[in-house]
Amino acid sequence: MENKMIYFDHAATTPVKPEVVEEMMPYYTNKFGNASSIYSIGRESKKAIEEARERVAKALGAMTREIFFTGSGSEADNWAIKGVAYSNKDRGNHIITTAIEHHAVLHTCQYLESDGFEVTYLPVDENGLVSVEQVRKAIKPNTILITIMFANNEIGTIQPIAEIGKIAKENNIYFHTDAVQAIGSIPVNVNELNVDLLSLSAHKFYGPKGVGALYIRKGVKITTFLHGGAQERGRRASTENVPGIVGLGKAIELATENLEQYNKKLIDLRDRTIEEITKKVPFIKLNGDRYKRLPGNVNFSFEFIEGESLLLMLDMKGIAASSGSACTSGSLDPSHVLLAIGLSHEIAHGSLRISFGDENTHEDVDYLMEVLPLIVERLREMSPLYEKVKRGN
Amino acid sequence: MYSEKVMDHFMNPRNVGEIENADAIGEVGNAKCGDIMKIYLKIENDVIIDAKFKTFGCGAAVATSSMATELVVGKTIEEALKITNKAVAEALDGLPPVKMHCSNLAEEAIKAAIEDYLVKTGRLEKNCDGEVCGRRCDDIHHHMDIED
Repeated sequence: MENKMIYFDHAATTPVKPEVVEEMMPYYTNKFGNASSIYSIGRESKKAIEEARERVAKALGAMTREIFFTGSGSEADNWAIKGVAYSNKDRGNHIITTAIEHHAVLHTCQYLESDGFEVTYLPVDENGLVSVEQVRKAIKPNTILITIMFANNEIGTIQPIAEIGKIAKENNIYFHTDAVQAIGSIPVNVNELNVDLLSLSAHKFYGPKGVGALYIRKGVKITTFLHGGAQERGRRASTENVPGIVGLGKAIELATENLEQYNKKLIDLRDRTIEEITKKVPFIKLNGDRYKRLPGNVNFSFEFIEGESLLLMLDMKGIAASSGSACTSGSLDPSHVLLAIGLSHEIAHGSLRISFGDENTHEDVDYLMEVLPLIVERLREMSPLYEKVKRGN
Repeated sequence: MYSEKVMDHFMNPRNVGEIENADAIGEVGNAKCGDIMKIYLKIENDVIIDAKFKTFGCGAAVATSSMATELVVGKTIEEALKITNKAVAEALDGLPPVKMHCSNLAEEAIKAAIEDYLVKTGRLEKNCDGEVCGRRCDDIHHHMDIED
């Protein structure tokens, strides 16, 4: 068992499915043509891109002309937010977002603040949920964009996107959602949700890295992000990453086909893990909403220990997971998400995120439950904080 | 990433624990910053004859704590005061740049313990009380501008 790596970090990235790689491969080798070229292998690339676009559109319930391929989820977020902000600044300069967004959204909003825009960062409750009422109250005459993530990458909390979409529509404000964690895990339909812009990233649902997409509802006013050639209907220059786009298309198709089954499997693993950790390990806190959470997400804080130490020890036992500890982020502060849900620094430092995926089994959870309580106990025995608790002061 | 020596000291830390009736105790850092080190020393004729530690912190914090206890044993308090964070890091075959601040924790803990010893033996006036003395994150950590 010790030589096997058990991968519990699917929220970070996923392996590319063999069927996906298989469809991508020809576009690296014999079908290498530039999609802008007129001859046959160029046209073949163009056709492959359009087929991928159709697959993405179908998965989101969108029209093909509303899908634009990008280099990543972060690029899609940057484009959506800056693009709408600059294109609509004659209408207003106010943007509404939340305190727990991914940095691709948060830092983009902060950048816009430095360029004259006004941003409201809505707080969240102790489970990481933003309230629909708060969104409504934050709207001002100069609000041009609401950008709220579909599901949180750290604590898995799923936001009331449909309700927020409804409010945005009623108020004639563009609504963007960073759905990077949601696509492939939960059903997403842009029309049912009244979403105007949506970001996604292939490597989160068993597709390749370095390719994402932005859904832009027809009629949305948005500036061009990358200037240059006429690719993506002149809105995003760059020679297309044909193999990547093909891979994204295949991956999203597979994800949509298997969604129900995949969802059920992950929820099963998730709920069992939450239950067993709660039962077996004292001094813990589940982070994120117990039910309104991504099917594969488990996030606990373990008091008196530090997250990176926990990850290293799990790694030595062949388990790959993640943490919101400062030590794993390269900054001095623990995760902004954990602080936003009201955790003290102490407890935020001791967080562990497990994100399940396709290859995980109940045997993997058995093994986790075998090693995790012992590691936590070992680190606590080493901790001067635990010593004080044991002494009762 | 971490050197083999760091991983060895993290996975098999030397001298974890407490010393009953220790001659000196030094505790630095705080939970807010994500690391605390508590070091216990047994001292005879100004020579450190035993050292133990407890640490809350990352892999580098645990490894530097372990190495620091190894380095101080056998040294006079004067020699121990000269142990720098660099020396601790070097003894571990180096630390990643973002983790250098963890080695400060060990140096500070040794200094705090020896201060405690000097106060206890009447050679130094206690110049602060508990909380007031508590070091802030910034005292121990150096600011970094690394993005994930």
